Amino acid sequence: MKQLLTVANKEFHDGLRNRWLVSITLIFALLSIGLTYFGAAASGAVGVTSLATTIASLASLAVFLIPLIALLLSYDSFVGEQESGTLLLLLTYPLSKSQLLLGKFIGQGGIIALATLLGFGASAVLLYFQLGDTDIFNAFALFIVSAVLLGLSFTAIAYLISLSVSEKSKAAGFALIIWFLFALAFDLALLALLVGVEEGVTQQGLTQLMMLNPTDIFRLVNLAGLESSDVNGALSAALNASLSITQLISALVAWVVLPLVLAIVIFKKKKL
Amino acid sequence: MMNTPLVSLTEAGKNYGQLAALNAMTMSLNEGEVLGLFGHNGAGKTTMMKLILGVISPSHGKVEVMGMAPDSKEAWSCRTKVGYLPENVSFYDQLTGLEVLTYFTKLKGFASYSAKKQAIDLLEQVGITYAMKRQVKTYSKGMRQRLGLAQAFIGEPKLLLLDEPTVGLDPIATRDFYKTVDELKSKGSSVILCSHVLPGVEQHIDRAMILSSGKLLAMGTLAELRQQAALPVVIKPMTFKKGGLNGAVSQNSQLKGFLTTSCQNTLMVPEHEKLNVLKQLLSLNDLDDIQLESANLEQVYQHFLALHENRQQTAKGTSQ
Repeated sequence: MKQLLTVANKEFHDGLRNRWLVSITLIFALLSIGLTYFGAAASGAVGVTSLATTIASLASLAVFLIPLIALLLSYDSFVGEQESGTLLLLLTYPLSKSQLLLGKFIGQGGIIALATLLGFGASAVLLYFQLGDTDIFNAFALFIVSAVLLGLSFTAIAYLISLSVSEKSKAAGFALIIWFLFALAFDLALLALLVGVEEGVTQQGLTQLMMLNPTDIFRLVNLAGLESSDVNGALSAALNASLSITQLISALVAWVVLPLVLAIVIFKKKKL
Repeated sequence: MMNTPLVSLTEAGKNYGQLAALNAMTMSLNEGEVLGLFGHNGAGKTTMMKLILGVISPSHGKVEVMGMAPDSKEAWSCRTKVGYLPENVSFYDQLTGLEVLTYFTKLKGFASYSAKKQAIDLLEQVGITYAMKRQVKTYSKGMRQRLGLAQAFIGEPKLLLLDEPTVGLDPIATRDFYKTVDELKSKGSSVILCSHVLPGVEQHIDRAMILSSGKLLAMGTLAELRQQAALPVVIKPMTFKKGGLNGAVSQNSQLKGFLTTSCQNTLMVPEHEKLNVLKQLLSLNDLDDIQLESANLEQVYQHFLALHENRQQTAKGTSQ
C-alpha cells in the first residue's frame, strides 16, 4: 500500500511539474466560463442562458477534449518507462505490477479529476453568483462526476495502449486512432446504421450499442436534462429509451474498471 | 543457512519462442562472493540476471535466491535485499538526482523521513552530491551511471547484480566503484558483475563465468580458468649488457624450446614449466631483470570464445 502511494505521489507531482494540472484546469475553466456567458450568442443574446443548455454545450465540447487530454497525459506511462529502462528496474523492487499500475492510475487520475473539478467548478461558482440558484450545484455535480469518470476511463484505455505497444511513437499513433474512433467515428457509424438500415436497430438496441462507447454514455448523462426536441440525431432516439442516471453512471464506472483490470492482466503477461 | 548458497541455478534456462536465450545453466553463488559474468552481447548475461531477479520465470529448471524462487510471492520480502543496476537506464529526466533517488529509496520500503537522508548519503558515496539539486537531464553519462549505482546500493543489499557497471565512468570513479564493491563484499554481500571483459576487474572477482550464445563456456576462479585454458606464461629475461641474452638462452637446451620466433628474447612457457624455466634463467650470469606475465582475463576469455567458435565450425563442417 505504501509503495502504491509512493508511485501515485510521484505521478501526481509529475503532473504538477509538467504544468499538466495548470493547463488542463485553465482550458476547462476558460471553456466553461466562456460557454456559460456566450453560449447564447448564436441566438443574439449575451449572458447566462438556461442551465440545461449550458451543461449540454459544455458536455458536447468536453466529450472531445477530456478523452484527448487523458490519452495525451497517459499514453507513454508504461512504454516511456520501458524505453528509458526504469520499468524493468521498478519491477525488481518490492512492488507488484498491479501496485505500479494502480499507483500510476491514482496519480494521473488525480490530476485529471482535480483539473476537471477546479476548471468546471469555477464556472459553477460563477453561475451561482449570477443566478443564485442552488440547482446549479446539483446539475454541475453530475456533470463533473461524469466528466471525471470519462477522464479516468480514457486514462485506463491509455494504459491499455501503453502496455500493448513497444514504442512511444506507436503508442501516440494508437492513442490518436482510439480518440478518433470513440469521439467521432463511432457516432457516425451509429447514425449510418440508423439511417441506412431500415428497421436495423430498435431504440433499445441503439441504447445498448451506445453503452459500448464511454463518450456516448457521458453524452447521455448530460443531455438527459434537455427537452428531447433540442437534441438531434441518434441521441434523441436514445434519450427516449431513457436509462436511469444511476444505470448510466454505473456503465461509466464499468468503463473505468474494465479497461483497468484488462490493463493489469496485460501487464502481468507482458514480456520484459 | 550459512552453507546454503545465496543464489543457485539448477539446469535453469529460458526460451523466447524458438530462441534459447539461456541453455540449462547450473551455478551457485555463496555469501560474500563476487562473480564476474562475461560474454558478448546476446550471450545470455542479461537473461540470467533477469532470472535471478525474478522479473522473468525460467522455462525449465529451477532458480533459487535466498532459498526461494525469486519470481514467487514469498520472495517479495527478499527484494529489499537485492540491488540491481540495469544496462541502459536513463532516469526521469525532469526530476533532480535527489528526487529520483528518494523515490527509489521509498520504493525499497524506507519511510519518507529517512528516505531523503539515505538518498543524500548514497549520493555522497558515489560523489555526485554537488549535482543532486539539478535535473537528471543535465547529467553526463558518467553522472547518470553513478546515480544508477547509488540506486543499486540502496539499503545495503545482500545481493547486487550490476550490468556493465563501469561504462562511462572515469578511472577515479571506477576505482571508487571497485572500492565500494570490495567493502560490500567484506560485509558479506554477494555481487554479480556483468560485463564485456574489462581491464582491472580481475582482482575484484572471486570467480568468473564465460557465456556465449546462451551456453556456459567456462566457470571457475581465474587460476582455474587459466589452467583449463593452458595459456602460456610470457617470460622476458632482460639484461643491460650490450650483446643481449639471446645467445645464452638459445644455447641452453632446456630454454631453447620455449623461445618464440616472432619476438626476440621472449619465452612462452606452459604454467607447469614456469618455475623450472625461472630457475634456469636465474642461473644465467648476465641476467638483470625478468618480466613475467600470466595470461590475463581478457586472453582467457578470448581463448574460450575462440575454442567455442572452432567447435561450432567443425560441428557445422561435419553436418554438411
